[in-house]
Parts: sequence; structure tokens; C-alpha cells
Amino acid sequence: MAVLNINGLKHVVDAPADTRLLWVVREHLRLTGTKFGCGMGLCGACTVHLDGEAVRSCQVELGDAEGSRITTIEGLDPKGQHPVQQAWLELQVPQCGYCQSGQMMNAAAFLDSNPSPTDGEILEAMQGNLCRCITYVRIKQGVRRASEIMGA
Amino acid sequence: MTKHDKNLKGITRREMLVGSAVAGTGLVVGYSGLPGAVGGAREALAAGSWDHQVFLTMDNAGIATVHITKAEIGQHVGTALAQAVAEELEVDWNDVRIDYPDTEEKWGFMITGGSWSVNWTFDRNSRIGASARIALIEAAAKMMGVPAAQCSASNSVVTDSVSGSSRTYSQILSTTTIDRTFSEDEMKALTLKKFGEYKVVGKNIPALDIPDKLIGEARYGIDVFVPNMVYGRLVTNPTRFGAVPLSADDSAAKSIDGYAGVAVIKEDPTGVNTGYVVALGETYWAAEKAAAAMKVTWDSGPNANTSSADIVQAAKDSIADESQGFTWVLEGDPEGAMSKADTTVEAEYETSLGYHGLMEPINCVAMESNGIWHLFTGSQFQGRFTAMTAAALGVDGKNVVLHQQYCGTGFGRRLEPDGAIISALAAQQIGRPVKLIYTREHDLRFDFHQTHTVQRVKAGVNSAGKIDAMSHVVAAGWATKRMAPGFLAESVDKKGKIDQFSTNGSDHWYDIPNHYVRSVENTTAMAATPPGQLRAVAPTWTWWANESFIDEVAHKIGKDPLDMRLSMLSATGKNAGTPPNTVGGANRLRNALIVAAGKSGYGVKPMPENTAMGIASVASQERGSPSWTAVVAEVHVDPSSGEPTLKKITVAMDVGTAVNPDGVLAQIQGSALFGSSRVLHENVTMTNGAIDQGNFDTWTPMRIHQAPEIDVTIIQNGHYPAGCGEPVVTCVGPAIANAVFNASGARVRSWPITAEKIKAAQRGA
Repeated sequence: MAVLNINGLKHVVDAPADTRLLWVVREHLRLTGTKFGCGMGLCGACTVHLDGEAVRSCQVELGDAEGSRITTIEGLDPKGQHPVQQAWLELQVPQCGYCQSGQMMNAAAFLDSNPSPTDGEILEAMQGNLCRCITYVRIKQGVRRASEIMGA
Repeated sequence: MTKHDKNLKGITRREMLVGSAVAGTGLVVGYSGLPGAVGGAREALAAGSWDHQVFLTMDNAGIATVHITKAEIGQHVGTALAQAVAEELEVDWNDVRIDYPDTEEKWGFMITGGSWSVNWTFDRNSRIGASARIALIEAAAKMMGVPAAQCSASNSVVTDSVSGSSRTYSQILSTTTIDRTFSEDEMKALTLKKFGEYKVVGKNIPALDIPDKLIGEARYGIDVFVPNMVYGRLVTNPTRFGAVPLSADDSAAKSIDGYAGVAVIKEDPTGVNTGYVVALGETYWAAEKAAAAMKVTWDSGPNANTSSADIVQAAKDSIADESQGFTWVLEGDPEGAMSKADTTVEAEYETSLGYHGLMEPINCVAMESNGIWHLFTGSQFQGRFTAMTAAALGVDGKNVVLHQQYCGTGFGRRLEPDGAIISALAAQQIGRPVKLIYTREHDLRFDFHQTHTVQRVKAGVNSAGKIDAMSHVVAAGWATKRMAPGFLAESVDKKGKIDQFSTNGSDHWYDIPNHYVRSVENTTAMAATPPGQLRAVAPTWTWWANESFIDEVAHKIGKDPLDMRLSMLSATGKNAGTPPNTVGGANRLRNALIVAAGKSGYGVKPMPENTAMGIASVASQERGSPSWTAVVAEVHVDPSSGEPTLKKITVAMDVGTAVNPDGVLAQIQGSALFGSSRVLHENVTMTNGAIDQGNFDTWTPMRIHQAPEIDVTIIQNGHYPAGCGEPVVTCVGPAIANAVFNASGARVRSWPITAEKIKAAQRGA
């Protein structure tokens, strides 16, 4: 039994300690906004926050997530109005949308640590997140716009 | 129109019924079940015998739900198709909803691809909206006791122009009975709005599917749960196609907590593959561990010695053997003209195996309940999924229902029913619902890849510097022959069938008085790498050859490549175009070239050292449904390493009418980068029957820091809407190669364009 703190709620999970956090969040707890993409930490689709840091949940073992504050896309903002979500809506960033939870979680953690990034810093921060609709033009604009919303 | 249109569109010759069973129950709009069906909407609804295609439903609050039979794969297709309905329905956009129906026989042919969705459905949806509006106006006129002719509708309100009194759609729908039948002729005769009169079409309306995608609420196939399900994970076949599992030893798997058994499938009667082993677990993690612990003995099958080089050699052999393949284009006297040419130019082009790389790996939940099989997945070809799964299971096709989910994109991969078939067969064997999820490695290695192609192109140039003759041989795996043989087209000499979707694009819009195209099936590719359709399909390779080659010819005879193209686009004869889709013909391609050249500063803008522009234009997807597109690519080539860097892409695209301009822009931005990624960053190879790459460490698509600057001009002139999700994919590749040549002198004729190939070409030059 593991006890997880996800989006401010406690969840008791009966799963082996080496189960990856991704599968616990998605399949056990059915918070399906967090997506499976590669299983190797190469695409970023499964990005969640662990104590405010963006991590690839496919690489985090359940046992190592205990005691941390876990945030998924469903808990990024109580009303779904995080500046990143606002910017993503305003600029119509998602196409298929599958990678976008991870993109937004990555962007939100990045902007938290660097609220006014340069374009170069945005590209560096976001290059671990793949998008196959290749919405990179709007992802870049979206991070910039979210930064503006946060500063306003 | 293209050759297959009749087949696909032939389901629509019916009456349109608009009505409700009893007063105050809204409105249903759809084609009648059969041509000349008896009774109207009211009778059929009241009797519960309505088995018609329903495209639009309105409730008595005035909410209009447009039913979308296309897959949502990231193109926001539902929003654009609803805009077409809403424009003519005169409904308040805030009252518009969309949904995606489950499969039923009545829907007929359900397919999403080819940039067809808006192009083919815009007119039909406009007429659906118009017929419902007319029925609503007639009902309101009756309520008000005035002639319908003096009433009009706007923003969900019908107003009598004489008295000024009005009725809202909600008032009409919640009180009256509507029963109106429109004959096929009446539907055709409806007067639709024209470009310039639109209020909803042509507006940047936010996509209806986006809000749920921002908060993790959009449900994709992988997000489906059903009671009592187990997880399925494939044990990797040793070869891409043809391997059969002889036995599976699960003694080690049995000790895994949550292990739920193994499904060994030694035969797939549909031929999608030849055998599967599916490890099952109560959790995904248990299934994953069980798959790793499974000891399977395989017969590797007939392709175990096939490698990429064999596929290429087979293509080259078939090109050299003129008895192979069939004729796709024959104009004038190509042989005679070629023999009289002043100069000849010849070149061979290749494209590599392509991986779809959907971010959501293939998955499906299959469940049997009361004799009905339920498939929960995202599909671009619902009818094929249900029919083939039924065949694999040995049940009647009517007993398989597909519940459509959002797709973590498609690009043609979700035309293939392998996930549905394997999950259903595993569920049948184990007697429980199965949720099958491919790993990334399975998704990559068991893709229906874009075929490897080889093309040989030859031109005869006369003394005036005009291309007088052109011959083009296309050797490819024929995806259509494998997946939908009914769509093969007759060759021009009626000697055989051709995969038009492996060949089109070679029938281009340049003035070539003597033109020959031969299309050859690469049987080695067919056997070892079952080809699928990948975004932009044949034009990806045919325009790669066309547009690289025109550039080569121009350089050879000392002409500017842009001038050369413009001089060959006279829009005369067969290239004059015909309404609605190709009206304007080659003139529209000329115009796109001029716009792209002008916007990019082609030939004018000072370029840094080792940096140059390259230009290309395409009329993809098909000759009958072109989106006139031109691209200028700006590329830097590092002189010491040969490394190419894509700096900027300028796109000009004539789409006639953009139903949702911001949606069109998003498609162009994405497809420009998709095509660039394909030629610069992606490669798939085969060794001994197996795909070499496995995950995003060995297959390396474009990442955000590699994306160039993009400048897009959408040209609108009020002509019929053209598809916009694919054509740019086919245009960036040759523009990049042409820019690489201009920057470095290296002509690279195969994918991916790498530093090594550039250096090799420089050494050879």
C-alpha cells in the first residue's frame, strides 16, 4: 500500500512499489489527462509535477513518489485557468491535444522558475516535449503569452 | 474529378427528411434510409423505424448538435463541418454542439483522410443547414399566420419582414410539429450563400474540441475503461510481417502478481498480420512484466532475410524492366520526342520508410456483451475496423460496434485495424474484455509504414529550352492494394490496375506535350513492410521527384528555377482546370509561386554565406482536388560539417475558401514542420525483416528547438474550399533539397537529407 498526495487529495494505492507513477495515475486512479507516449522519458507526454518540479511520470517509481506533492493536469489550476491554460486557449495551441497536458505541465513548472524567459530559454526548456502535430510555433508563442499573463 | 469519387460519394442520392415525431420534441435532419423511402420524418420517428443517417439534431431549447462522422485527429474537423451547417441554419453559434456517433450500417462509408473532409462535406453540410432553416421558417410562418416567403431567419430567430413579429427556434421547436421532405432535386436546387455573404464560415471560431484538451478531460482511446477488463501487452514478433508463434512458455510469468494469462494467436484470417502473443495482466504493469517473462518460440516467416537494401534493389530492378507496372499518364509521343531532344536530363530519387509516430500509441478496448462486440478506440476508417474485426472473430459484421474516441492524431495510421483485431481476438480467447496498449517500440516496429520509394525521371529539353518530353517511373509498395483493393484505378491503356494513391502527383500541372508515367508495385516492399497511408501519401514522394527534378533541369540549362516553373504553367488545354475544385487550373499554382517568391524575397533578399533559398510548388493532394501551394525554404549548410539547418519556410497556399482561417493556419504550420521533419530528421530502416529503430532515441523527429521560422500566406478567392492538412508536407521536402543545392552545390536525392549525404555529393560533384 502506498499513500499518494495528488492534486491535494490523498489516494491509497495497492500496487507494487516499482510500478511507474504514470500507470498509477492513469490506470489505477483514472486521472487520464496524463498520457503515455514512450515509457523512456523521451517525449514528455507523461509530465507531472513532483513538489513543483516537472518530472516524467513514466520514470518515477511509485515508492519514490510517496511523501511528495504530486500535481497532474487535472490539478494544475482549480478552475482550469492557469496562465498556461489561458494562453493555450487564446492561441488555440492544441491540435490532437494528446501531448498537450505534458507540454502545459512542463511549461507551467518552467515559468514558475523563470517567469520572463528569453526565446532561447523557452526552446531549451521545451525541447524534451515532443509534438507530432508539430504545434511548436504555437507552443513557443503560448509560453511567451503565459509569461505575459503571469506578469500582468 | 478523380476516378474514385463516384464510389465514395454514391451513398448520398437520397431525400432529406426534416422533422419530429410529435410537437415540442425538437428536430431531426437526415437522409432517408433508402432511395424513395416511404413516409416522412414524422412517420418514421413516430413508428420508431428511423434508421436513417442523422446529420443534425435540434432539441426544443434550440440547441443544434451536428453529428460528425469524421475522426477528430487534431484537425478540428468537427468545428469546420459544424460551421458549414450553422452558416445556412442561421443558428446562434453559442447553441451549436458536435458529437461523434458510434458505427452503424446506416452511416455507410466512414473514413477520414486525403484532406477530403471539408472538401467533400462542406456542400452537403451547407445544404443540411439550409433545409433545416427552411423547415423552421415554414413552421414559424404557420405559427404567425403569414406567408413563409416574407419571413427570414437570423441568429436562431425567424422574423416576419412585414409585421416585424418573430419566433425563436426554441419557441418553434418546443411547440410545433415539423415534417418536411426535400427531394434530391430540391436539395440540389437550394440557393446557398456565396463567398462574401458568410457570417460563420470564414471566421476564426475557437475549436470546439480544445477546451477539454486543456484540462485533461478529452477522452482518447487509451482513456477507456470497462468493467472486468484486463490489460494486454504484445510480445514482440521477430519480424515486421510473417512470423508465427509456435508456443509460449509462461512458467516464469505465472509468479507475477496480477498475471492474467496469455493469448497465443497463431492465425489472423484478415491477413493484418500472421500471429500474435498477448501477455495479459490485471494491471498494465503486470502485463508489462509478464510480456518480459514470456518465452515464445517463433517461426520467423518468409521475410526474415529482407533488409532495406533488398527493397531498394527490387525497386530499381522493376524500374529497369519496362514490362513491369502499368501506364498512369500517356500524352503525345514521349519516346519520339525524347529521341529528338536537344538535351536530356535523368535522375533517380528515393524516399525512405516512414513512421507515423502518433503520440498516442495504437490501443483498443474490446468487449463482448450480449452477443455484440464493442470496440473503443479512435479510428479513421470505422467501417473497415468493424468488418475486419468481425471477420477475425468469425461473427457477423452487424454485431461489431465501434465507439469513436478522440485520436492522439492519425496521419493515416488509424485507417489500420490491427489494434482492434488483436484486442478482440485476445478478449475472445480469454473471455474477458481486453485493453490493449502498444508500447512505443511496438507502435514503431509494427507500423504500416510509408513505403520506401524509388523514382526515375527523365526529361528531353528542346533547343528553345522547353521540356518537350518527360518520363517518370514510380516504384512503391501499394498500400491501397493491401488495404482497399476496390480503390485501385484502371491504367490508361486498360491493361491493369494501378494504385493511384501511390502514383498521383506525377500527373502534374506543367505543360509537358509528351508525358509518360509508369507505376510499378514493389512486391518485396509489399511482403516485408506492409505499406500504409501516411499523411500526404503519394504526393509526398511524387512531388519530391517532380520538384527536385524541375530544379535540376533548370540548373542544367541555365534557367532560374522559378522562371522555369512559371514558363511551364500556362493553364491551357488539360491544365486549364474545371469548376468547382480545379477552376483556374495552373494559373492558381503560378499565383501561389509568385506570392511565395515575393513574400520570401526570393532572388532579392541578401543571403548570408552558405545560405540559400530553394523553391517548390505542388498541386496536392490529387489532380481532382488540388490545394495550390508554393514553398520557399531558406537553408544554411555548414561548409565544414555539411550540416543543413532549416532557417525559414515561406508558404503560400490557395485554399479557395478557408472555412476556419485560424484552423487552416494551424494545419499549414503543422504540416510545414511535419514535412521538414520527415526529410531532415526521420529515418526507418529494416534489417533481416525487423525494423531497426525502437523509440524516440533512435527515431528522432523534429523537436521545438529545430523548428524554423514560418511565414504563411493563405490565399482566398472564393472558390470551393480545398484541403489544407497535407499539401504543404509534400512541398517543403523539395524546397529544402533545392535550397541545399543552392547553398552548397550538393544535390541530395534521397531522404533523410543529412550532412554525410551533402558531403558525399560535394565530393562527387
